[in-house]
Amino acid sequence: MKPFTYSRANEERAAVKEIAASKGAKFIAGGTNLLDLMKMNVMQPAHLVDITHLGMKAIEENQAGGLRLGALVTNADTAYHPLVEQRYPLLSHAILAGASAQLRNKATDGGNLLQRTRCDYFYDTQTACNKREPGTGCSAIKGYNRNLAILGTSEYCIATYPSDMAVALAALEAKVNVTGPDGDRVIPMGDFHRLPGDTPHIDTNLQENELITSIDLPAKGFADHYAYVKVRDRASYAFALVSVAAGLELDGDTIKEARVALGGVAQKPWRLPEAEAMLQGQQASKENFGKVAAAYLQGAKGYGDNDFKIELAKRAIVRALLLATEMEGKS
Amino acid sequence: MKDKLEKEKEAAQPRALPPKQTVTLTINGTERQLELEPWVSLLDMLREQLHLTGTKVGCNHGQCGACTILLDGKRINSCLTLAVMHDGAEITTIEGLAKDGELHPVQQGFIVHDAFQCGYCTPGQICSVVGLVSEGKARTLDDIRDLMSGNICRCGAYNNIVKVVQEELERSKAQ
Ligand SMILES: Cc1cc2nc3c(=O)[nH]c(=O)nc-3n(C[C@H](O)[C@H](O)[C@H](O)COP(=O)(O)OP(=O)(O)OC[C@H]3O[C@@H](n4cnc5c(N)ncnc54)[C@H](O)[C@@H]3O)c2cc1C
Ligand code: SF4
Ligand code: FES
Ligand code: FES
Repeated sequence: MKPFTYSRANEERAAVKEIAASKGAKFIAGGTNLLDLMKMNVMQPAHLVDITHLGMKAIEENQAGGLRLGALVTNADTAYHPLVEQRYPLLSHAILAGASAQLRNKATDGGNLLQRTRCDYFYDTQTACNKREPGTGCSAIKGYNRNLAILGTSEYCIATYPSDMAVALAALEAKVNVTGPDGDRVIPMGDFHRLPGDTPHIDTNLQENELITSIDLPAKGFADHYAYVKVRDRASYAFALVSVAAGLELDGDTIKEARVALGGVAQKPWRLPEAEAMLQGQQASKENFGKVAAAYLQGAKGYGDNDFKIELAKRAIVRALLLATEMEGKS
Repeated sequence: MKDKLEKEKEAAQPRALPPKQTVTLTINGTERQLELEPWVSLLDMLREQLHLTGTKVGCNHGQCGACTILLDGKRINSCLTLAVMHDGAEITTIEGLAKDGELHPVQQGFIVHDAFQCGYCTPGQICSVVGLVSEGKARTLDDIRDLMSGNICRCGAYNNIVKVVQEELERSKAQ
């Protein structure tokens, strides 16, 4: 790890000011991604601003009838919060499908949104990688790419954003509240992460000097019909090859509303509202779910090792929607 | 974008060493004051500065659980956190579990159930079991396996470790 200076922020405005004032500075929350990357010299901040004393640790009802998750609430405390378990079990399940108990005790909701790709070349400073060092090329496109993206890729980068939590947040249409030198703003989950294009080193639309303060969940939680399906190389403590967050609102067998978000397939949680809309007013059936799955994967492109993900994602979508349908309605 | 690139270039320059910082922690019941560089992990602090070598280094990247300790009662990977961020915290390591010369029931359980071979992962496993029991979320066998998955055992002692967890969960329920 490169030497760096450290300071503790006690107030949001001061934290933002400090980041803006010091070159090469970064916020640190749980540290479980940033320190990992710093140990590998993939990221080399000259200064760390510790934000863990800023508050932002509450989960409370918001004005929209939903919940507000403070950016510093740990992933564990979020997943096990009684209101999240009751009203947003999809989010609980997605979080608990990620990492390990130890990591979830440290990892924060804000940090989870900003965790970086698990592309092996990104981690290996001896190789070319446009995300780590813009302009050097992408080693993965013609290299080992089994865990990488099949949707929304570019000739510059085919990395995936590996979060489980964010896949559920995308399906739930959560919003990210941020504050920065120019004041506060709200970023819908759908606009938070960026596809690589020709600037793969920029993962999100959060500005360098902005601080995530909280995440808002809308009132609708799909608590009666949901599923988080995560397919991975071992049963626990492994990143997703493909994951699906599904939520359904049903009237008998008829679908009133459907939400589907995919993880492990792109640099952002992948949602296709037009395809979700295909299910509106339709029967909840394997056949109809298959059509949606086909629509989601239309245009998907494999790079060799990851070709299998295309078929896998289709099947995972059908399975998630079937599981969501078959749940005993709790209300 | 240019701004970002410049920032990164700046960051790559050689750097002067910053001053050490004073950190006060309660470790296994004893208050300790230490002078530390900001980049010292809790794991390195325990092993290198305090010579509490019960906590093991495996991967150093959050991938194995050998470095598991209890921070304010919660199990975490000590390799992925900075000591300076935990001024005032309470830490329990494997060295702090036995009381008055008597092993902690989980330690005893590992012996009774033969839940280790080489023993390298064991301090982390034991701290993890203590954390799991106090979290109170494990109900089924599958839950136990899932909630212990953050501790890798290369010797494959998993089945016997699960027995220790089951017994400890029963014991804690009975209390
Ligand atoms: C072995 C291992 C396995 C894992 N498996 C999974 C998995 O299966 N699924 C999964 O989803 N995740 C997994 N993770 C990733 C884990 O979920 C993330 O590391 C964690 O969520 C990051 O949160 P943090 O608080 O520790 O972030 P940090 O490491 O503190 O920060 C990450 C980034 O976010 C920035 N940041 C943090 N908070 C804020 C804020 N409030 N505002 C602005 N910027 C901020 C930091 O500057 C940094 O750039 C795994 C991690 C490890 C090490
Ligand atoms: S896929 Fe992206 S992160 Fe991986 S080597 Fe290519 S540019 Fe780097
Ligand atoms: S040494 Fe910390 S998890 Fe492996
Ligand atoms: S006992 Fe050898 S690694 Fe677990």
